[in-house]
Amino acid sequence: MKKTLRLITLLLLSIAPGILLAQNAELAEAAGQLAEVTATVDTGNTAWMLTATVLVLFMTLPGLALFYGGLVRAQNVLSVLMHCFAIACLASVLWVVCLYTFSFSDGCAWLGDLQHLGLKGITAADLSGDIPETVFIMFQMTFAIITPGLIVGAFVERMKFSAILLFTGLWLVLVYAPVTHWVWGGGWLQQRGVIDLAGGIVVHATAGISALLLAKFVGPRADFPKRLHIPHSPGMVMIGASMLWVGWFGFNAGSQLAANQSAGMTMLVTHISAAVASLTWMVIEWKKNGKPGLVGIVTGMVAGLASITPASGHVGPLGAVLIGLMAGCICYFACSFVKGKLKIDDTLDVFAVHGVGGIMGTIMVAIFGTAAFGGTGVDDMVAQLGTQLFALAVVIAWSAIATTLIVFVCRLTTGLRVDQEVEHTGLDQAEHGETAYHFE
Amino acid sequence: MKLIKAIVKPFKLDDVKAALSEVGIEGMTVSEVKGFGRQKGHTEIYRGSEYTVDFLPKTMLETVVEDDIVDTAVKAIVNAAKTGKIGDGKVFVLPVESAIRIRTDEEGAEAL
Repeated sequence: MKKTLRLITLLLLSIAPGILLAQNAELAEAAGQLAEVTATVDTGNTAWMLTATVLVLFMTLPGLALFYGGLVRAQNVLSVLMHCFAIACLASVLWVVCLYTFSFSDGCAWLGDLQHLGLKGITAADLSGDIPETVFIMFQMTFAIITPGLIVGAFVERMKFSAILLFTGLWLVLVYAPVTHWVWGGGWLQQRGVIDLAGGIVVHATAGISALLLAKFVGPRADFPKRLHIPHSPGMVMIGASMLWVGWFGFNAGSQLAANQSAGMTMLVTHISAAVASLTWMVIEWKKNGKPGLVGIVTGMVAGLASITPASGHVGPLGAVLIGLMAGCICYFACSFVKGKLKIDDTLDVFAVHGVGGIMGTIMVAIFGTAAFGGTGVDDMVAQLGTQLFALAVVIAWSAIATTLIVFVCRLTTGLRVDQEVEHTGLDQAEHGETAYHFE
Repeated sequence: MKLIKAIVKPFKLDDVKAALSEVGIEGMTVSEVKGFGRQKGHTEIYRGSEYTVDFLPKTMLETVVEDDIVDTAVKAIVNAAKTGKIGDGKVFVLPVESAIRIRTDEEGAEAL
């Protein structure tokens, strides 16, 4: 009996180191895995990207909605808020269903494949770079929300709600997703080295051109251009514009996808351009009209922000000042050019402010991104200029073709415009059955 | 009895009211109205486009007075509301057939 116990004890003692060693090995392996995980998920970056996502959604809801809502007549303000809100919801659903996979899965140079259709195969553990892929999906979704939201400014006060939803859905699939894949999702323009940090091409050029065409197709407001109605609430315009300014830090600095030095510089140049463009616009108005207006200064701000967007990852403070100056001047005169010379009722100046600004910034980054202007990342100015212009030409052409096609579909199905009586009495009551202001 | 209907610049209302009180007029009705005369409207410029505003905000003051103080009252209004610039407004005087105080059933001048 004693012998047996001794034997067992000996046996246990002889095994013990083995067990201990094995445990050590397992521990070491687990620790290794842990180290690997912490090395890949950067919680600092993730925290910033969660925040940036919130900021960009805030740009549309309620920033853009209020910015646009204040510029229309009192009997149309709810319809504009409704357009922005409904587009945000529709874009979110479509993003999950198919836009994300078309934009950001591998696919080919032209379009992503169907591997993430309905976000298939994406789990909480998946990573995109060093942030969770779910965060990347949400961040990019907010861009897909605001881009068609920008187009709203072209057709306010007269387009049918059903047509707006149909147009938005088709536009996101045919224009936004492919262009996003080309420029950001590893597509052919990205392979050619085009620079567009936060969407001068993807957001502002696409929306601007499509807005201009859509305004042309929908036709002008009934009294355009002889009897225009003044913006019903410039105060609301200023509140919305200020939200856009704040949200734009998430838009641009968030597009660095990291909380690092680049994001810091991006935020700085974004702010500089906004302030310079605001003052530039204000001074021009003061000179030309005798009075510096609130609607003017905040429009200058939006022009400055749209213009710096593609360039904000590559220019320094000097480049930002120059882009802000150009944005204030060029976009100001573009407004009169579109309405006065082209006679197109792009009602809230989507093309003149966002389109022209985004295109101008996309071109200027090739120049101000060079070391001579305190920028980074552009070594060969001429070659980069060629790439930028080529990308713009292709994207503008595609946006125009697709928008024309979509308008054709809308005309055949929903029709584009409300009837004259509805336009006169306002969309709020006729299309949505609600009234914005009751004074008793 | 006469009805005095004065359309004046909104910022002059307090002055006009004080002037009327001084000449002994104790009641009036005031409305915010919109309109234009020779002044026409004005234009506002947003983002380089001109917007015309036809009807400008004005204040309309109505008061019914006895015949013997009509001239004094009108003078008081005109003096108080005058700025000398275009758009100062107008004063109309109309005959009134009768007046009744609802609370007491008083009629005519006693009801004023």
